[in-house]
Amino acid sequence: MIDSFFNPQIMRQVLPSIIDGMLITVALSILVILSGTALGLGLATVRTLQNKPTNLLIVFVVDVFRAIPPLVILIVAFFALPYVGIQLSGFVVAWLCLSLVLAAFCEEIFWASILSVHKGQWEAARSTGFTFLQTLRYVVLPQAMRLALPPLTNRAIAIGKSTALASVVAVPEILNQATSAQAQFANSTPLTLAALAYLAIFIPLVVLSRRIESRFMWKH
Amino acid sequence: MQLTHLSRTILEIEGLRKSFGDAEVLKGVDLSVTVEELVFIIGPSGSGKSTLLRCCNRLEDASGGTIRFDGGDISAPGVDVNELRRHIGMVFQSFNLYPHLSALANVTLALQKAAGQSKDEAEERGRAVLDRVGLLEKAGAYPGELSGGQQQRVAIARALALEPRILLMDEPTSALDPELVGSVLNVIRELKASGMTMVVVSHEMQFAREAADRVVFIDHGEIVEEGPPDKIFGAPERERTRAFLQRILKA
Repeated sequence: MIDSFFNPQIMRQVLPSIIDGMLITVALSILVILSGTALGLGLATVRTLQNKPTNLLIVFVVDVFRAIPPLVILIVAFFALPYVGIQLSGFVVAWLCLSLVLAAFCEEIFWASILSVHKGQWEAARSTGFTFLQTLRYVVLPQAMRLALPPLTNRAIAIGKSTALASVVAVPEILNQATSAQAQFANSTPLTLAALAYLAIFIPLVVLSRRIESRFMWKH
Repeated sequence: MQLTHLSRTILEIEGLRKSFGDAEVLKGVDLSVTVEELVFIIGPSGSGKSTLLRCCNRLEDASGGTIRFDGGDISAPGVDVNELRRHIGMVFQSFNLYPHLSALANVTLALQKAAGQSKDEAEERGRAVLDRVGLLEKAGAYPGELSGGQQQRVAIARALALEPRILLMDEPTSALDPELVGSVLNVIRELKASGMTMVVVSHEMQFAREAADRVVFIDHGEIVEEGPPDKIFGAPERERTRAFLQRILKA
């Protein structure tokens, strides 16, 4: 047991590649979180414009990306895109797919938060001469953000962990490095290291998210 | 200011109709408001008072009739509704202050972002209007830290900051505890004294009697009777007005 999960010899040998993997995991997570939340916010904003056909399309796409397991989306995209002449690296495919998945969830979170801002806030702002988009930007979104923050940080952490899925499309992130090493050494110690690497990345993120949430509580 | 302004009509409502689906809430209302006038609108709930006010700054679009503000049809094509609303202040029953901003920021937000003033300019003006409603020392407080009466005064200051030509108030004291009503009425009294034109939907009959130039009684979407407060409260001509006042004053 100790030998197959905590072999110090193997740990020492595998550590550099796990650290390489961590850099990729962190880079991919940051990219996905940035583009995913931005796209989600963009979609929610477009949805407030109340254009029926556009909104139906947004709801449809969002539901599709929320319903299909991210792993399936990733594999389908990775193996299907070359058939339509699009050659992208595993990293880029993973970035795009996970961003779309995150954007779908974020759109719903932002949308629900925007809807929960009282109608009187819109009316008060419009009455002072604000346009619809100014009202959204200066009055409604700042309030919606506070409501959206806890579910958003949860989603961001979840999608960060989902970057492990990119190992199946040969992105050399933590899990991919660990499973390669596991095969090479015929030993599971690299997986233990991988678990520790994920802890090292995501425990601070979880703590940070709790900090951010309490900081944005209402001042009463 | 020219003397002729004193008798000038600033708001002219003609044959105003408004329906929500099958329900006709306003059935042809005619009302004109003169510069510096304080017009009180009274009537039972559901009579269309709030809708009438909300049509005047196009929070609701009229189904028929015309509203002229300062001589121009507010629904005419080419009217910039956002520009129009900066000249028509609105105060709501539930204050609708922005809870994420301090009192001062509530007042200055539109000055900066809609009227394009610099931060310094806006804050100077913001402090001046907060002072006017007696809340300069609360400039840094958030709405959640203020009493209802203070919140409503900040809301009035927010409307005043844009230097509107007319102020529309939709039941400004109805959400307040009785002991806080007076502070808001004092602000309205001060505004009246300084020549602000106001249309106020309210049930503060005592105040109307004392401060209003004209009282308009609306029932079932039409004006039943209007006139100086002494006449409406002292000698109402119409049976519906009498019945309403009796109900209100008994309560």
